[in-house]
Amino acid sequence: MEPTKKSPKILVFSTDKISDPGIDQAGLRKLHYSPSVYVISMPCSSGIKPRWIMHAFEQGFDGVFIAADGHECSYSATCPDRTNTIINEAQRLMEEKKISPKRIRMAALCSVCAEPFVGHMNNFSKILADIGPDAG
Amino acid sequence: MGNQEKKKRIGVYICHCGGNISDYVDVEQLRDMMDKEENVAISKNVMFACADSNQKEMVKDIRENNLDGIVVASCSPKLHLHTFRNVAQRAGLNPYNYVQVNVREQCSWAHSDHPDQASVKAAGLIRAGIQRVSYSEALEPVKIKAIKSVVIVGAGVAGMRSAIELARMGNEVFLMEKESRAGGHVAGWNSLYPTGTSGEELTRKMLEQIRRIPSIKLFTSSHVTNVTGSLGNFTVEVNVGSHGEEVLKLPAGAILVTTGFSPNIPDEGQFSYGLSESVITLPEFKKRIETASGKLNIGGKEIHSIAFIYCVGMRQSGGPNKYCSRTCCTSTMHASLELHKKFDDMKSIHLYRDIRTYGKQEVLYDQASKQGDLFLMYKEKEPPVVTVEGKKVKIEVTDHLTSKRKLEVKPDLLVLVTGMEARDDSKQMAQLLKIPVGNDRFFNEIHPKLRPVETVINGVMLGGSCQGPKNITESIQSSMSAAAKINALLCKDSLEMEPIVARITEEACTWCGKCAEVCDYDAIFQMETNGKVVAGVNGATCTGCGICTPVCPVDAIEVAQYTNLEIESMIDGFMAPVKLEEKLAEAGTESSAGEGLMKEYPGIWKEILKQIEAEPLTIPQIAQQLQQESQQITYHVMTMNKYHILEAAGMDDDHAYFLYTPKL
Ligand SMILES: Cc1cc2nc3c(=O)[nH]c(=O)nc-3n(C[C@H](O)[C@H](O)[C@H](O)COP(=O)(O)OP(=O)(O)OC[C@H]3O[C@@H](n4cnc5c(N)ncnc54)[C@H](O)[C@@H]3O)c2cc1C
Ligand code: SF4
Ligand code: SF4
Ligand code: SF4
Repeated sequence: MEPTKKSPKILVFSTDKISDPGIDQAGLRKLHYSPSVYVISMPCSSGIKPRWIMHAFEQGFDGVFIAADGHECSYSATCPDRTNTIINEAQRLMEEKKISPKRIRMAALCSVCAEPFVGHMNNFSKILADIGPDAG
Repeated sequence: MGNQEKKKRIGVYICHCGGNISDYVDVEQLRDMMDKEENVAISKNVMFACADSNQKEMVKDIRENNLDGIVVASCSPKLHLHTFRNVAQRAGLNPYNYVQVNVREQCSWAHSDHPDQASVKAAGLIRAGIQRVSYSEALEPVKIKAIKSVVIVGAGVAGMRSAIELARMGNEVFLMEKESRAGGHVAGWNSLYPTGTSGEELTRKMLEQIRRIPSIKLFTSSHVTNVTGSLGNFTVEVNVGSHGEEVLKLPAGAILVTTGFSPNIPDEGQFSYGLSESVITLPEFKKRIETASGKLNIGGKEIHSIAFIYCVGMRQSGGPNKYCSRTCCTSTMHASLELHKKFDDMKSIHLYRDIRTYGKQEVLYDQASKQGDLFLMYKEKEPPVVTVEGKKVKIEVTDHLTSKRKLEVKPDLLVLVTGMEARDDSKQMAQLLKIPVGNDRFFNEIHPKLRPVETVINGVMLGGSCQGPKNITESIQSSMSAAAKINALLCKDSLEMEPIVARITEEACTWCGKCAEVCDYDAIFQMETNGKVVAGVNGATCTGCGICTPVCPVDAIEVAQYTNLEIESMIDGFMAPVKLEEKLAEAGTESSAGEGLMKEYPGIWKEILKQIEAEPLTIPQIAQQLQQESQQITYHVMTMNKYHILEAAGMDDDHAYFLYTPKL
């Protein structure tokens, strides 16, 4: 993806033990992705509050990406379901504000998932660019 | 809730990482920019933030400037979070008033293709760090006194071996075994790969040793029924005796789980299993060759040819057991070798998918090939088809090694090479201990590479094959490292635990119980305060996962360091507009890094320059004159060399070291 000044701004929630090390790997191997991607690392993706997601949109982020641990989560076997519930709740709040539900995405990433992370970022950047700035 | 008053005197350090960051990110301009941020008292560039000399300077800065929060923008926190937390602590600042910003892995390296935009991003990241630290709270570690005793659940080789070790290290050990005898699966094997040692003898010797150590109490026929408490102070309730005659409450500082595996049993009819006495599993086969003498008779007939079908119930791309069981290939080779050693006129045919006799075990594969065993390769999509008629077995198989020829094999006996599965009752154990199980139903460690024996529950460790298929060596390796980990915890007088845990805003909480419902660790309890019923959090059992926080309808529960203020202000920091001077667009080339970027050298560089201005010196000589370690000086001299601040000017008299002189 060729980033431009207007490339969509993406907020990523990663997890300290699993997906964040995967994102670090991408950097370590100089696999490039859009510089408009910002990461906040959390203990577990099931601890993300929908109000933070809404805050990100209010502040001008174009998309929110949750880099979850999926079934690798060391805290809870039901983590994928819980994270899904959070996303559904966020999408409900987004609908109220007429923000496209496509602006939030989730994927499970592991601690060596460098390429998959870059792939997700490129793909999501493209999707967000297609939606355009005014959908939300 | 904690005190989230805004910090007023923040120190910001932006690291060059010897060029790893500054080659792409304009650290100088960012330093000036951050200097102007609200509540920032000092903003500095450093060549290597983690270098000893810089750490000392930071301690000095914190003390002299009375800093109340620090931000280091450098590498990933996975590398140096604790380094700088310790710096803060040494300077008398609470370590949790420190925030590390990752401008290397997640910025300069990731965006080395767009240095101008990397600088813009770094500005956002650092501002977010400043915001976060400004709301950070001073946290005190949760301190607990540890009981020096360990409950080990499962007396197989893994549990027995670690019991001996933990007792030797001075701990009291309670070793629990469900069955009426200790030893686990190994006690049932007579000959073990790779050495041929007898499993029965190995476990008997261990047991004798255990009996001689008074600080180990072995309870056979015992069942764990309840576990309460947390690291340093668990209580494990156990029923002992085949009818649960005795109920014990055992105190434990830590718990080691070594409950082992279950041999996988094929479904009835799978490769005709259960339909004929001539189809048996590998463990059954091992027993038969161990007990037979002279001739091998199975199912009322003499056996001279044996076919093995590998990977039965394992490596199922569509089924639940996706993993490879690791031990079965080697165990089969070993069984076939034993077979030929013990009985005359034997023929082994191996129908395999892949042979995984990894490491030194490969020798057994080689020996089996040399003794004349036949190997035919099948694919998962085209498994052998077995039909039985009384004692007669017929196998049709497509051999993928010889141009996919269809072959028919009629052995006297078919052995199904089954592997290791998680125990059926491991779910109950997981529930009792609140430890997670993976998709493969084995217990999950925190991280397979970095923290392979710890679980998310502080003080509960894993050892042996309850984590996944392992041979004896591997089982003992993991249980011994768990033992060492446990001892490292319990040998201290008091334990300090990460204070990043949940807490309640009592004014807002209505005790709806939703948070308690989702907490997998029973860390939330009901309590009364000022005549009001609210939720309370047990800081010793809370893992800080935060799962309880999004479910609260009134936003009354949050995890320290992940509060609304901290997270939302970080988001604001990312998005604050960044104006960089155009010249930045040129950053990112090797040459631009040296020129002008480091007009202001770090103190240690100035001292090195002063030394070599007088006369050319070698690194050991500089180190001696400055009373620093050579290693540290090497580090700086190499970087100064990279930035053309000094250069090598010949060798010393012994031709051992370069002499350096100033260049600029
Ligand atoms: C067919 C086969 C052949 C093998 N041959 C070899 C070989 O030749 N060489 C080799 O190195 N490895 C071999 N292995 C692997 C070897 O068996 C394992 O590495 C070893 O048994 C692992 O030891 P463990 O202590 O982890 O588990 P286990 O041997 O399973 O012992 C676990 C113990 O915990 C007890 N337990 C379980 N749950 C509870 C509970 N809730 N409360 C109390 N107690 C409990 C069990 O009763 C058992 O005694 C073989 C494996 C198989 C399947
Ligand atoms: S060790 Fe061999 S037989 Fe066992 S599952 Fe792995 S490949 Fe199959
Ligand atoms: S979910 Fe919120 S209101 Fe309900 S008990 Fe927990 S903290 Fe209190
Ligand atoms: S953060 Fe919440 S859900 Fe997680 S362990 Fe602590 S109290 Fe339980």
